Amino acid sequence: MANKTISVTVNGGSKTSEVEPRRLLVHWIREALGLTGTHVGCDTSSCGACTVLLDGTPVKSCTMFAVQADGRRVTTVEGLQQDGKLHPIQEGFKEEHGLQCGFCTPGMMLMGAALLEENPDPSEDDVRWAISGNLCRCTGYQNIVKSVQWAAKRAASEQPGAHA
Amino acid sequence: MIPSAFEYEVAENPQHAIELLNNFGDEAKILAGGHSLLPLMKLRFAAPTALVDIGRIRDLSYVRDGGDHMAIGAGTVYEDVHNNNDLVRQCPIVAHTAGEVGDPQVRHRGTIGGSVAHGDPASDLPTVLLALDATMVVQSAEGERTIPAGDFFKGIFETALGPQNLLTEIRVPKVPDHGWSYQKFHHRAQDWATVGVAAVVQRSNGSIGGARIALTSMGETPLRAGAVEQALAGGADPAEASQQADEGTNPVSDPLGSSEYRKEMAKVFTRRALEEALSR
Repeated sequence: MANKTISVTVNGGSKTSEVEPRRLLVHWIREALGLTGTHVGCDTSSCGACTVLLDGTPVKSCTMFAVQADGRRVTTVEGLQQDGKLHPIQEGFKEEHGLQCGFCTPGMMLMGAALLEENPDPSEDDVRWAISGNLCRCTGYQNIVKSVQWAAKRAASEQPGAHA
Repeated sequence: MIPSAFEYEVAENPQHAIELLNNFGDEAKILAGGHSLLPLMKLRFAAPTALVDIGRIRDLSYVRDGGDHMAIGAGTVYEDVHNNNDLVRQCPIVAHTAGEVGDPQVRHRGTIGGSVAHGDPASDLPTVLLALDATMVVQSAEGERTIPAGDFFKGIFETALGPQNLLTEIRVPKVPDHGWSYQKFHHRAQDWATVGVAAVVQRSNGSIGGARIALTSMGETPLRAGAVEQALAGGADPAEASQQADEGTNPVSDPLGSSEYRKEMAKVFTRRALEEALSR
Protein backbone atom coordinates (compact mmCIF):
# COMPACT_ATOMS: atom_id res chain seq x y z
CA MET A 1 0.00 0.00 0.00
CA ALA A 2 1.54 3.25 -1.15
CA ASN A 3 2.36 5.89 1.43
CA LYS A 4 1.34 9.49 0.85
CA THR A 5 3.24 12.69 1.52
CA ILE A 6 1.20 15.27 3.39
CA SER A 7 1.83 18.90 4.29
CA VAL A 8 -0.27 20.30 7.07
CA THR A 9 0.00 23.69 8.78
CA VAL A 10 -0.02 22.75 12.46
CA ASN A 11 -0.26 25.56 14.99
CA GLY A 12 1.08 27.96 12.37
CA GLY A 13 4.07 25.89 11.23
CA SER A 14 4.24 23.72 8.12
CA LYS A 15 4.73 20.01 8.81
CA THR A 16 5.46 17.56 6.04
CA SER A 17 5.62 13.81 6.43
CA GLU A 18 5.09 10.55 4.69
CA VAL A 19 2.17 8.61 6.14
CA GLU A 20 0.32 5.40 5.57
CA PRO A 21 -3.18 6.32 4.35
CA ARG A 22 -4.69 4.46 7.32
CA ARG A 23 -2.82 6.64 9.82
CA LEU A 24 -5.38 8.48 11.94
CA LEU A 25 -4.90 12.21 12.29
CA VAL A 26 -4.77 11.91 16.09
CA HIS A 27 -1.97 9.34 15.91
CA TRP A 28 0.00 11.48 13.46
CA ILE A 29 -0.36 14.53 15.73
CA ARG A 30 0.65 12.64 18.86
CA GLU A 31 3.31 10.29 17.54
CA ALA A 32 4.86 11.97 14.49
CA LEU A 33 4.67 15.52 15.82
CA GLY A 34 4.94 14.71 19.55
CA LEU A 35 1.98 16.97 20.36
CA THR A 36 0.45 14.84 23.09
CA GLY A 37 -2.07 17.43 24.25
CA THR A 38 -4.54 15.89 21.80
CA HIS A 39 -5.92 12.92 23.70
CA VAL A 40 -7.36 9.60 22.61
CA GLY A 41 -10.33 8.97 24.88
CA CYS A 42 -13.06 6.69 23.55
CA ASP A 43 -11.55 6.17 20.08
CA THR A 44 -15.16 5.81 18.83
CA SER A 45 -16.07 9.40 17.86
CA SER A 46 -18.03 9.95 21.06
CA CYS A 47 -15.99 11.72 23.72
CA GLY A 48 -14.34 14.71 22.02
CA ALA A 49 -10.99 14.41 23.86
CA CYS A 50 -9.26 14.27 20.45
CA THR A 51 -10.88 17.49 19.20
CA VAL A 52 -8.68 19.73 17.05
CA LEU A 53 -9.54 22.70 14.86
CA LEU A 54 -9.42 22.00 11.12
CA ASP A 55 -9.28 25.35 9.32
CA GLY A 56 -10.71 26.78 12.54
CA THR A 57 -13.61 24.29 12.82
CA PRO A 58 -13.71 21.68 15.61
CA VAL A 59 -13.45 18.08 14.42
CA LYS A 60 -12.62 14.74 16.02
CA SER A 61 -9.10 13.77 15.02
CA CYS A 62 -9.76 10.10 15.84
CA THR A 63 -12.31 10.05 13.02
CA MET A 64 -10.11 11.47 10.28
CA PHE A 65 -7.18 10.08 8.38
CA ALA A 66 -4.07 12.25 8.40
CA VAL A 67 -4.19 12.27 4.57
CA GLN A 68 -7.54 14.08 4.76
CA ALA A 69 -5.79 16.99 6.49
CA ASP A 70 -3.27 17.43 3.66
CA GLY A 71 -3.04 21.09 2.67
CA ARG A 72 -5.18 22.24 5.57
CA ARG A 73 -4.66 24.07 8.83
CA VAL A 74 -4.79 22.21 12.16
CA THR A 75 -4.81 23.83 15.59
CA THR A 76 -4.17 21.69 18.65
CA VAL A 77 -4.34 22.73 22.28
CA GLU A 78 -0.62 23.55 22.09
CA GLY A 79 -1.48 26.21 19.51
CA LEU A 80 -3.86 28.16 21.74
CA GLN A 81 -1.22 30.18 23.53
CA GLN A 82 0.47 32.90 21.51
CA ASP A 83 4.00 34.17 22.19
CA GLY A 84 4.00 32.68 25.66
CA LYS A 85 0.70 34.33 26.58
CA LEU A 86 -2.17 32.05 27.49
CA HIS A 87 -5.35 32.20 25.40
CA PRO A 88 -8.26 33.63 27.42
CA ILE A 89 -9.87 30.18 27.39
CA GLN A 90 -6.78 28.73 29.07
CA GLU A 91 -6.81 31.48 31.68
CA GLY A 92 -10.53 30.83 32.19
CA PHE A 93 -10.02 27.15 32.93
CA LYS A 94 -7.33 28.13 35.45
CA GLU A 95 -9.35 30.88 37.12
CA GLU A 96 -12.63 28.96 37.33
CA HIS A 97 -11.08 25.57 38.07
CA GLY A 98 -12.55 24.12 34.87
CA LEU A 99 -10.79 20.81 35.22
CA GLN A 100 -10.09 18.03 37.65
CA CYS A 101 -8.22 15.16 36.01
CA GLY A 102 -7.59 17.23 32.88
CA PHE A 103 -8.13 14.50 30.32
CA CYS A 104 -11.04 16.17 28.51
CA THR A 105 -9.60 19.67 28.93
CA PRO A 106 -7.79 20.11 25.59
CA GLY A 107 -10.98 19.25 23.70
CA MET A 108 -13.09 21.43 25.95
CA MET A 109 -10.76 24.40 25.51
CA LEU A 110 -10.70 24.05 21.72
CA MET A 111 -14.51 23.86 21.62
CA GLY A 112 -14.65 26.92 23.87
CA ALA A 113 -12.14 28.84 21.75
CA ALA A 114 -14.07 28.01 18.55
CA LEU A 115 -17.35 29.03 20.18
CA LEU A 116 -15.96 32.41 21.22
CA GLU A 117 -14.86 33.07 17.63
CA GLU A 118 -18.48 32.73 16.51
CA ASN A 119 -20.25 33.98 19.61
CA PRO A 120 -18.27 36.36 21.83
CA ASP A 121 -20.92 36.44 24.55
CA PRO A 122 -22.35 32.92 24.89
CA SER A 123 -25.17 32.08 27.30
CA GLU A 124 -24.90 29.03 29.54
CA ASP A 125 -27.09 27.13 27.05
CA ASP A 126 -24.84 28.19 24.17
CA VAL A 127 -21.79 26.83 26.01
CA ARG A 128 -23.49 23.59 26.96
CA TRP A 129 -24.63 23.07 23.37
CA ALA A 130 -21.12 23.79 22.07
CA ILE A 131 -19.53 21.20 24.37
CA SER A 132 -22.29 18.61 23.85
CA GLY A 133 -19.86 16.43 21.88
CA ASN A 134 -17.29 16.44 24.70
CA LEU A 135 -17.53 14.21 27.72
CA CYS A 136 -16.17 15.08 31.16
CA ARG A 137 -16.34 12.44 33.87
CA CYS A 138 -15.11 14.62 36.74
CA THR A 139 -16.54 18.09 36.90
CA GLY A 140 -20.23 17.82 36.19
CA TYR A 141 -19.53 20.55 33.60
CA GLN A 142 -20.40 23.44 35.93
CA ASN A 143 -16.94 24.92 36.09
CA ILE A 144 -16.27 24.21 32.43
CA VAL A 145 -19.24 26.42 31.54
CA LYS A 146 -18.03 29.10 33.95
CA SER A 147 -14.52 28.90 32.47
CA VAL A 148 -15.76 29.52 28.94
CA GLN A 149 -17.91 32.44 30.09
CA TRP A 150 -14.96 33.85 32.08
CA ALA A 151 -12.89 33.68 28.88
CA ALA A 152 -15.63 35.51 26.97
CA LYS A 153 -15.52 38.39 29.47
CA ARG A 154 -11.74 38.48 29.42
CA ALA A 155 -11.61 38.47 25.63
CA ALA A 156 -14.17 41.30 25.53
CA SER A 157 -12.15 43.36 28.01
CA GLU A 158 -9.04 42.88 25.86
CA GLN A 159 -10.72 44.27 22.75
CA PRO A 160 -9.26 47.64 21.72
CA GLY A 161 -11.54 50.36 23.05
CA ALA A 162 -13.34 48.03 25.47
CA HIS A 163 -14.40 49.36 28.84
CA ALA A 164 -13.06 46.77 31.23
CA MET B 1 -7.88 1.19 16.92
CA ILE B 2 -6.20 1.02 13.55
CA PRO B 3 -7.99 0.18 10.30
CA SER B 4 -6.68 -2.35 7.78
CA ALA B 5 -4.31 -0.91 5.18
CA PHE B 6 -5.78 0.47 1.97
CA GLU B 7 -4.84 2.42 -1.16
CA TYR B 8 -5.94 6.05 -1.14
CA GLU B 9 -6.59 8.49 -3.95
CA VAL B 10 -8.17 11.93 -3.99
CA ALA B 11 -10.91 12.38 -6.61
CA GLU B 12 -10.86 15.74 -8.40
CA ASN B 13 -14.47 15.55 -9.58
CA PRO B 14 -17.36 13.03 -9.70
CA GLN B 15 -16.24 11.52 -13.03
CA HIS B 16 -12.74 11.05 -11.66
CA ALA B 17 -14.18 9.36 -8.58
CA ILE B 18 -16.07 6.86 -10.75
CA GLU B 19 -12.92 6.19 -12.81
CA LEU B 20 -10.94 5.56 -9.63
CA LEU B 21 -13.67 3.25 -8.31
CA ASN B 22 -13.59 1.28 -11.55
CA ASN B 23 -9.79 1.05 -11.45
CA PHE B 24 -9.69 -0.11 -7.84
CA GLY B 25 -12.38 -2.78 -8.24
CA ASP B 26 -15.29 -3.96 -6.13
CA GLU B 27 -13.62 -3.72 -2.72
CA ALA B 28 -13.03 0.03 -3.03
CA LYS B 29 -15.19 2.48 -1.10
CA ILE B 30 -16.01 6.15 -1.34
CA LEU B 31 -14.71 8.31 1.54
CA ALA B 32 -16.59 11.56 2.07
CA GLY B 33 -16.69 12.90 5.64
CA GLY B 34 -15.79 9.46 6.96
CA HIS B 35 -18.05 9.65 9.98
CA SER B 36 -19.90 6.46 9.13
CA LEU B 37 -17.05 4.64 7.39
CA LEU B 38 -14.11 5.30 9.73
CA PRO B 39 -15.78 3.92 12.85
CA LEU B 40 -16.58 0.71 10.93
CA MET B 41 -13.03 0.50 9.56
CA LYS B 42 -11.51 1.04 13.00
CA LEU B 43 -13.57 -1.87 14.32
CA ARG B 44 -12.63 -3.78 11.14
CA PHE B 45 -16.26 -4.38 10.34
CA ALA B 46 -15.28 -2.80 7.05
CA ALA B 47 -11.91 -3.38 5.37
CA PRO B 48 -11.99 -1.74 1.93
CA THR B 49 -8.86 -2.30 -0.15
CA ALA B 50 -8.97 1.26 -1.46
CA LEU B 51 -10.61 4.57 -0.59
CA VAL B 52 -11.57 7.21 -3.11
CA ASP B 53 -11.72 10.51 -1.25
CA ILE B 54 -14.49 12.77 -2.57
CA GLY B 55 -14.17 15.10 0.42
CA ARG B 56 -12.29 17.71 -1.63
CA ILE B 57 -14.84 17.98 -4.44
CA ARG B 58 -16.40 21.37 -3.79
CA ASP B 59 -19.01 20.78 -6.52
CA LEU B 60 -20.65 18.12 -4.34
CA SER B 61 -21.39 20.57 -1.51
CA TYR B 62 -24.40 22.77 -2.25
CA VAL B 63 -28.09 23.42 -1.69
CA ARG B 64 -29.88 24.62 -4.83
CA ASP B 65 -33.40 25.44 -5.85
CA GLY B 66 -34.42 22.82 -8.39
CA GLY B 67 -37.84 24.24 -9.24
CA ASP B 68 -40.28 21.79 -7.66
CA HIS B 69 -37.59 20.46 -5.32
CA MET B 70 -34.49 21.45 -3.37
CA ALA B 71 -31.29 19.75 -4.54
CA ILE B 72 -28.69 18.95 -1.89
CA GLY B 73 -25.19 17.94 -2.94
CA ALA B 74 -24.25 14.57 -1.46
CA GLY B 75 -21.05 16.03 -0.02
CA THR B 76 -22.84 18.73 2.00
CA VAL B 77 -21.98 18.42 5.68
CA TYR B 78 -24.79 18.23 8.24
CA GLU B 79 -23.93 21.65 9.63
CA ASP B 80 -24.41 23.30 6.22
CA VAL B 81 -27.69 21.44 5.66
CA HIS B 82 -28.85 22.53 9.11
CA ASN B 83 -27.99 26.20 8.56
CA ASN B 84 -29.24 26.60 4.99
CA ASN B 85 -31.97 29.24 5.02
CA ASP B 86 -33.59 28.08 1.77
CA LEU B 87 -33.98 24.59 3.20
CA VAL B 88 -35.30 25.99 6.46
CA ARG B 89 -38.04 27.68 4.41
CA GLN B 90 -38.75 25.02 1.79
CA CYS B 91 -38.12 21.74 3.60
CA PRO B 92 -37.63 22.52 7.28
CA ILE B 93 -37.70 18.91 8.49
CA VAL B 94 -34.43 18.21 6.64
CA ALA B 95 -32.64 21.28 8.01
CA HIS B 96 -33.93 20.57 11.51
CA THR B 97 -32.99 16.89 11.52
CA ALA B 98 -29.48 17.55 10.20
CA GLY B 99 -28.96 19.48 13.43
CA GLU B 100 -30.03 16.42 15.45
CA VAL B 101 -27.31 14.15 14.06
CA GLY B 102 -24.36 13.36 16.31
CA ASP B 103 -22.67 16.34 17.94
CA PRO B 104 -21.09 19.58 16.68
CA GLN B 105 -17.80 18.00 15.63
CA VAL B 106 -19.61 15.18 13.80
CA ARG B 107 -21.86 17.69 12.02
CA HIS B 108 -18.80 19.58 10.79
CA ARG B 109 -17.48 16.51 8.95
CA GLY B 110 -20.32 14.06 8.31
CA THR B 111 -22.22 14.44 5.03
CA ILE B 112 -25.85 13.86 4.09
CA GLY B 113 -24.75 11.65 1.22
CA GLY B 114 -22.54 9.60 3.49
CA SER B 115 -25.43 8.96 5.84
CA VAL B 116 -27.68 7.90 2.96
CA ALA B 117 -25.08 5.69 1.26
CA HIS B 118 -24.16 4.04 4.56
CA GLY B 119 -27.70 2.67 5.01
CA ASP B 120 -27.72 2.45 8.80
CA PRO B 121 -31.33 2.00 10.00
CA ALA B 122 -30.44 4.00 13.14
CA SER B 123 -29.59 7.12 11.10
CA ASP B 124 -31.96 10.06 11.26
CA LEU B 125 -31.83 11.60 7.78
CA PRO B 126 -32.70 8.46 5.77
CA THR B 127 -35.96 8.25 7.75
CA VAL B 128 -36.78 11.86 6.97
CA LEU B 129 -35.93 11.34 3.28
CA LEU B 130 -38.22 8.30 3.18
CA ALA B 131 -41.08 10.28 4.74
CA LEU B 132 -40.50 13.02 2.14
CA ASP B 133 -40.29 10.58 -0.77
CA ALA B 134 -36.93 12.13 -1.67
CA THR B 135 -34.98 11.11 -4.77
CA MET B 136 -31.36 9.98 -4.84
CA VAL B 137 -29.25 10.89 -7.88
CA VAL B 138 -26.60 8.29 -8.66
CA GLN B 139 -23.78 8.44 -11.19
CA SER B 140 -21.87 5.55 -12.68
CA ALA B 141 -19.84 4.86 -15.82
CA GLU B 142 -23.16 4.19 -17.58
CA GLY B 143 -24.49 7.64 -16.73
CA GLU B 144 -26.91 9.13 -14.23
CA ARG B 145 -30.03 7.56 -12.76
CA THR B 146 -32.47 8.50 -10.04
CA ILE B 147 -33.77 6.21 -7.28
CA PRO B 148 -36.75 7.04 -5.07
CA ALA B 149 -36.08 6.79 -1.33
CA GLY B 150 -38.65 3.99 -1.07
CA ASP B 151 -36.49 1.79 -3.33
CA PHE B 152 -33.11 2.88 -2.02
CA PHE B 153 -32.71 1.31 1.41
CA LYS B 154 -32.38 -2.47 1.11
CA GLY B 155 -31.10 -3.75 4.44
CA ILE B 156 -28.68 -3.04 7.28
CA PHE B 157 -25.84 -1.12 5.57
CA GLU B 158 -27.30 -2.15 2.21
CA THR B 159 -28.62 0.24 -0.39
CA ALA B 160 -29.42 0.27 -4.10
CA LEU B 161 -25.94 1.67 -4.77
CA GLY B 162 -23.68 -0.65 -6.75
CA PRO B 163 -19.93 -0.89 -6.09
CA GLN B 164 -18.98 1.64 -8.78
CA ASN B 165 -21.85 4.02 -8.08
CA LEU B 166 -21.52 7.50 -6.70
CA LEU B 167 -24.40 9.20 -4.93
CA THR B 168 -24.16 12.82 -6.07
CA GLU B 169 -27.38 14.56 -5.07
CA ILE B 170 -30.46 14.25 -2.91
CA ARG B 171 -33.67 15.93 -4.08
CA VAL B 172 -36.27 16.79 -1.50
CA PRO B 173 -39.72 18.19 -2.30
CA LYS B 174 -40.60 21.72 -1.35
CA VAL B 175 -43.13 21.42 1.44
CA PRO B 176 -43.27 24.89 3.01
CA ASP B 177 -46.97 24.54 3.90
CA HIS B 178 -46.83 21.04 5.39
CA GLY B 179 -46.73 20.32 9.08
CA TRP B 180 -43.68 18.34 10.11
CA SER B 181 -41.90 16.77 13.04
CA TYR B 182 -38.90 14.59 13.69
CA GLN B 183 -39.10 13.00 17.11
CA LYS B 184 -35.78 11.55 18.21
CA PHE B 185 -35.98 9.46 21.36
CA HIS B 186 -32.50 9.03 22.68
CA HIS B 187 -30.82 7.94 25.80
CA ARG B 188 -28.23 10.68 26.02
CA ALA B 189 -28.20 14.06 24.27
CA GLN B 190 -25.99 12.99 21.39
CA ASP B 191 -26.86 9.33 21.08
CA TRP B 192 -28.26 7.37 18.21
CA ALA B 193 -32.05 7.23 18.12
CA THR B 194 -33.51 4.41 20.19
CA VAL B 195 -36.57 5.21 18.10
CA GLY B 196 -37.10 8.08 15.66
CA VAL B 197 -40.28 9.20 13.93
CA ALA B 198 -40.52 11.56 10.95
CA ALA B 199 -43.96 12.94 10.09
CA VAL B 200 -44.85 15.20 7.15
CA VAL B 201 -48.56 16.12 7.07
CA GLN B 202 -50.91 18.11 4.91
CA ARG B 203 -53.36 19.93 7.10
CA SER B 204 -56.97 20.63 6.28
CA ASN B 205 -59.01 22.67 8.76
CA GLY B 206 -56.75 21.81 11.68
CA SER B 207 -56.83 18.06 11.09
CA ILE B 208 -54.68 15.78 8.97
CA GLY B 209 -55.49 15.72 5.25
CA GLY B 210 -52.68 13.34 4.40
CA ALA B 211 -49.62 12.09 6.22
CA ARG B 212 -46.34 10.39 5.45
CA ILE B 213 -44.64 8.82 8.44
CA ALA B 214 -41.33 6.96 8.67
CA LEU B 215 -39.50 5.27 11.52
CA THR B 216 -35.84 5.09 12.61
CA SER B 217 -34.34 2.03 14.33
CA MET B 218 -37.48 -0.06 13.89
CA GLY B 219 -36.14 -2.63 11.41
CA GLU B 220 -33.39 -3.32 8.91
CA THR B 221 -34.08 -0.12 7.00
CA PRO B 222 -35.98 3.08 7.70
CA LEU B 223 -39.64 2.03 7.50
CA ARG B 224 -42.84 3.71 6.42
CA ALA B 225 -45.56 3.46 9.06
CA GLY B 226 -48.14 2.50 6.45
CA ALA B 227 -50.77 1.29 8.91
CA VAL B 228 -50.73 4.65 10.69
CA GLU B 229 -50.99 6.52 7.40
CA GLN B 230 -53.99 4.41 6.36
CA ALA B 231 -55.69 4.82 9.73
CA LEU B 232 -55.30 8.59 9.45
CA ALA B 233 -56.66 8.49 5.91
CA GLY B 234 -59.63 6.56 7.29
CA GLY B 235 -60.37 9.34 9.75
CA ALA B 236 -58.60 8.12 12.92
CA ASP B 237 -57.17 10.82 15.16
CA PRO B 238 -53.41 10.85 15.90
CA ALA B 239 -53.82 9.07 19.26
CA GLU B 240 -55.75 6.20 17.71
CA ALA B 241 -53.72 5.94 14.52
CA SER B 242 -50.36 5.95 16.33
CA GLN B 243 -51.35 2.71 18.11
CA GLN B 244 -50.51 0.96 14.85
CA ALA B 245 -46.98 2.39 14.56
CA ASP B 246 -45.37 -0.96 15.37
CA GLU B 247 -47.20 -2.85 12.63
CA GLY B 248 -44.74 -4.47 10.24
CA THR B 249 -41.72 -3.42 12.29
CA ASN B 250 -38.96 -5.70 13.50
CA PRO B 251 -36.70 -3.70 15.80
CA VAL B 252 -33.58 -5.16 17.39
CA SER B 253 -33.05 -5.57 21.11
CA ASP B 254 -29.87 -3.85 22.21
CA PRO B 255 -28.60 -1.95 25.26
CA LEU B 256 -30.69 1.09 24.25
CA GLY B 257 -33.92 -0.90 24.44
CA SER B 258 -35.61 -4.22 23.84
CA SER B 259 -37.62 -4.91 20.72
CA GLU B 260 -40.87 -4.75 22.72
CA TYR B 261 -39.86 -1.44 24.30
CA ARG B 262 -39.05 0.06 20.91
CA LYS B 263 -42.45 -1.01 19.61
CA GLU B 264 -44.17 0.76 22.49
CA MET B 265 -42.02 3.84 22.07
CA ALA B 266 -42.76 3.93 18.32
CA LYS B 267 -46.44 4.41 19.21
CA VAL B 268 -45.72 7.13 21.75
CA PHE B 269 -43.37 9.08 19.51
CA THR B 270 -45.58 8.69 16.45
CA ARG B 271 -48.40 10.33 18.40
CA ARG B 272 -46.08 13.13 19.52
CA ALA B 273 -44.79 13.58 15.97
CA LEU B 274 -48.32 13.90 14.60
CA GLU B 275 -49.35 16.31 17.33
CA GLU B 276 -46.31 18.48 16.75
CA ALA B 277 -46.72 18.32 12.97
CA LEU B 278 -50.30 19.52 13.31
CA SER B 279 -49.21 22.39 15.53
CA ARG B 280 -46.75 23.93 13.03
